[in-house]
Amino acid sequence: MNIVVCLKQVPDTNEVKIDAKTGTLIREGVPSIINPDDKNALEEALRLKDTDGAHVTVVSMGPPQAEKALRESLAMGADEAILVSDRAFAGADTLATSNALVAAIKKLDYDVIFAGRQAIDGDTAQVGPEIAELLNIPQITYVEKVDIIPGGLKIQKAWEDGYENIEVKTPVLLTAIKELNEPRYMNIKNIYEMYANKEVKVWSADDIGANKELLGLKGSPTKVKKSMTKEAKGQAELVELPPKEAAQFVVSKLKENHFI
Amino acid sequence: MSIADYKGVWVFAEQRDGELQKIALELLGEGSRIATKLGMELTAVLLSGDKTDDLVKELVAYGADKVIVAESPLLTHFSTDGYAKVICELANERKPSIIFVGATYLGRDLGPRISARLTTGLVADCTSLDIDPENSNLMMTRPAFGGNLMATIVCGDHRPQMATVRPGVFEKLEKDVNRTCPVEKVTVNLTAADIRTNTTEVIKVAQVLADIADANIIVSGGRGVGAKENFAVLETLAELLGGVVGGSRAAVEAGWVDKSLQVGQTGKTVRPNVYIACGISGQIQHLAGMSESDYIIAINKDASAPIMQVANLAIAGDYAKILPEMIAKITEIQAK
Repeated sequence: MNIVVCLKQVPDTNEVKIDAKTGTLIREGVPSIINPDDKNALEEALRLKDTDGAHVTVVSMGPPQAEKALRESLAMGADEAILVSDRAFAGADTLATSNALVAAIKKLDYDVIFAGRQAIDGDTAQVGPEIAELLNIPQITYVEKVDIIPGGLKIQKAWEDGYENIEVKTPVLLTAIKELNEPRYMNIKNIYEMYANKEVKVWSADDIGANKELLGLKGSPTKVKKSMTKEAKGQAELVELPPKEAAQFVVSKLKENHFI
Repeated sequence: MSIADYKGVWVFAEQRDGELQKIALELLGEGSRIATKLGMELTAVLLSGDKTDDLVKELVAYGADKVIVAESPLLTHFSTDGYAKVICELANERKPSIIFVGATYLGRDLGPRISARLTTGLVADCTSLDIDPENSNLMMTRPAFGGNLMATIVCGDHRPQMATVRPGVFEKLEKDVNRTCPVEKVTVNLTAADIRTNTTEVIKVAQVLADIADANIIVSGGRGVGAKENFAVLETLAELLGGVVGGSRAAVEAGWVDKSLQVGQTGKTVRPNVYIACGISGQIQHLAGMSESDYIIAINKDASAPIMQVANLAIAGDYAKILPEMIAKITEIQAK
């Protein structure tokens, strides 16, 4: 079984701060991590490698420094890692991103494509389904359990109010959620292997033979018109009192507004 | 075909097990405002198995100018393949200018599949929608970078313009049972072979946890609460007020609060009557999910924390000391 895992390097948004004066993001010193849902996707692929000998290829689109995330995935046990990187990809929205990843994936053998449900820096959850559509293969999102059955997979998919069991033939695209598994750490043997025998391949737009009209800003139907920091209400009534008095004041306000 | 030929605002009317989801009505509420601005018709698109009459009545009463109904046994249960095929064929034939979809588990699965097939854009989790007076483009505003920034996005050169919206962000209109509108049942061109997934079982898990998006009062805790057991006092206060407990992302990631109770950009969007934030600093990602609450009380040791800026009432102090006093006081009042 050949598995392709789509992975994104993201800034750890828990650490992102806003410059109050300029209203821009402070990126300095913000660590980059493998997007959490993508790590669950990778873990599931590696689990299928452990149990069924699957071959795991990790693909990421991003700037050159995203190589670090791919190295980490090799150190976790992935067999191959490909960084799809080119200036032509800059400014891509989810559709243009999907077009680039699809062009790369088409050069690979795949039975299962794993992606994370969504990335923490964009939260769109769109790239997975868009890749599935562009490859014309079925998709199952919010995957919380994967079992191999003859001819395909049995998937448990999460819903807001429960879950659904679905059988599907491969090829198929699955998007992983946190509940799917507990990602492993890098291991020493794999770290050694990574430096000794493995490399992160870098593919350009030409390497993947992608139509440049469909890439980057040019290939993006959506465009950012403006961005701003969220405005605060700024109407707070600040109260600094000893606990008992503070509590009484809050309760009096709740009463005054008929909440109790 | 030029962009000016695309007309009308469509709302995907999500139903599950024959029950219309509240997001469908909320989208009609906002869709109605947008359609009026554009001078266009608001159409609800309903895909279902059978017995759609009651659902159609709801859609009409909540603002649809037209309802398109696609009925087929193959649409009783949601499948990405089946739903995407029916909607894309309708959209290709009728060319709506805008399609709104709920940012639910279903909508987040279906929306991008449709937009990719129609080679158009999709903007996820919009928190405000408007029309650009200059060119009539839809302006879609959403939080970006975990809610740290708000971005306004347009899809100027492609149609339809597509957006998803989370439940609880917009309000439905007043129900008007006297409204009437045309209802069109369309022929469904779908075979079992079109659907490449086979659902073998659907299990509902009893909702032991209340849906915080429906709560009128939320007592929410963050990193400053410090430990799982410290949430007990929040529970007691919530129970006393007839509310529920919620948590920030930090509290959920620490394992103190269930994920289904997370408030914020990556959790639920809530707009209760009262939101009491305990030990929550108020990262913008959290504020994005609760700043529309009617009355916000923030209790935090740090008087300069961002949550204090959005609060109606900002209490500089320790929740662990103040909440027990509040509980005592409210118990006393209620005993009278």
